[in-house]
Amino acid sequence: MPLGIIDDKLVTEDDVVGELRSGMTVAIGGWGSRRKPMSIVRAIVRSDLTDLTIVSHGGPDLGLLCSAGKVRKAVYAFVTLDSIALEPHFRKARQSGAIDDEPLDEGLVHLGLQAAAWRVPFLPTRVGLGSDLFRDNPTLRTVTSPYDDREELVAMPALELDAAICHLNRSDARGNALYLGPDLYWDDLMLQAAPTGRRFISTEKVLPTAELAGEGCLHQRRISRMMVDGVVAAPGGAHFTSCAPDYPRDEEFQAQYAAAARSPEAWDAFRTAWLDLPETDYQRKIREDRKPGNADGQEDT
Amino acid sequence: MSTDSDRVGITRADVCTVAIAECFRGDGEILANPIGTIPVIGGRLARATFEPGLCCTDGEATLIADDTTFPGPESSGGLTSLDGKTVEYWNPYRSMFDWVWSGRRHIIMGATQIDRYGNQNFAAIGDPKQPKVQLLGYRGAPGNTINDTTSYWIPNHNPKVFVERVDTVTGVGWDRAVALGLDGPARYFDLRRVVSNLGTFDFATPDNRMRLRSLHPGVSVGEVLAATGFELAVPDEIPESRLPTPDELLLLREVIDPEGRRNAEVPDPA
Repeated sequence: MPLGIIDDKLVTEDDVVGELRSGMTVAIGGWGSRRKPMSIVRAIVRSDLTDLTIVSHGGPDLGLLCSAGKVRKAVYAFVTLDSIALEPHFRKARQSGAIDDEPLDEGLVHLGLQAAAWRVPFLPTRVGLGSDLFRDNPTLRTVTSPYDDREELVAMPALELDAAICHLNRSDARGNALYLGPDLYWDDLMLQAAPTGRRFISTEKVLPTAELAGEGCLHQRRISRMMVDGVVAAPGGAHFTSCAPDYPRDEEFQAQYAAAARSPEAWDAFRTAWLDLPETDYQRKIREDRKPGNADGQEDT
Repeated sequence: MSTDSDRVGITRADVCTVAIAECFRGDGEILANPIGTIPVIGGRLARATFEPGLCCTDGEATLIADDTTFPGPESSGGLTSLDGKTVEYWNPYRSMFDWVWSGRRHIIMGATQIDRYGNQNFAAIGDPKQPKVQLLGYRGAPGNTINDTTSYWIPNHNPKVFVERVDTVTGVGWDRAVALGLDGPARYFDLRRVVSNLGTFDFATPDNRMRLRSLHPGVSVGEVLAATGFELAVPDEIPESRLPTPDELLLLREVIDPEGRRNAEVPDPA
């Protein structure tokens, strides 16, 4: 694959998985069930990776990896499917004791990523004081201000990552990318917090750099190639989460995914139908599924 | 005191909505950030009447000037969801911390459990390491409560919500804030009020325990006590919750919530 070629960082989902190891800490971009790098998540599900620590503003990325047995620990402030308030696969994993967790306030996630990106051991805040975060998350410590106020604050530790994975709307082959929806979420910070060599994005459309100018507005060009080591061309890669404005969340599919948490049999059936297959087959099946009566119609190239 | 003729057609949800709006009285030019159907409608009502400085979100990534509520957040997200909205400011999630940590927000959160000091839980029920019921997580509750004015909205007042002790403290209550120091680390703590489908509650007692502040029309003290799993402070005189004015009713029915979604969240008692 070699990832070192500067002017072309195009890789596949499986190439990304090949750079990961069991036991790694991986940040996954997006928010809830919005703009999640699901094609790479599906590739992780198909791999033999295990014992991952996942840092996420959690949605079906975390839920899917939990049910697939890939997660050792979740670092999160919330896990939701948006239109389904609580993520059933994550709940099941927590309630069965299958995973460890390090719960955080979402502001602490922000500070932890920022501290890692800025290469400082912690950032101070009042967030967490008085709450049970100190009971439930043993990584947290306090720090006393060295100034005259001597105030005791929470020292949010840097969230040390081994890799980051995000999905963007457009990019070039070198990793300059932009989002077209209303919110970048924490994608840029996750990519900046992860070590060089394992910062990956998937994108709906890969364009020549000059053509990115015709997409979105200047202020949405928030991902620089200095933050990115590998680019996966993944049209539909966020499915079934939303990827505004390219496509909305596939609510019908999400409901099917949620229902797969009900029993081992339901999960097996979902896995066989939608996970134990290459991404190209998944995308073809989705298109066929969405166009009944057109199942063997147009050629896909 | 209002007469019976003033009450024709006023629903329990209308009263709850006004009670939520009242939480924001005096807040000025800050971000009113109510979570839930009636809170969003109540925030709009406060802004449209006695608190015009408030800023309100569309539930996604903008602050909007419109009085009407939108059924957000849009499931698809995205710029198309801005259709028909009067945008004042682009407010992606990350901007929220700028408001919260600088003390320019009053949030109204929900609670799966809340205790007599207003400690809130919406993370998990049972053993935190292997909960009986996993809920949302800590979300932003620790940061909200330690930095900003906070109130709670409980649409279904019952002893499983108003509990003796919460299993996990996500939002900080008065006892813990006092222990931290109201002149010190907890100096920005301001847990103001709880509104439920039965009444309104505050913490204006010598030891900051929850107090019955007003009863919604038709609700008895006994009904509230039976629905509360801890010892509630009950003053001798308990006023009735304020009824909506004719202007407020008109705003609710014609502009802010013409579809009556507030009445779906809190149906009228049979």
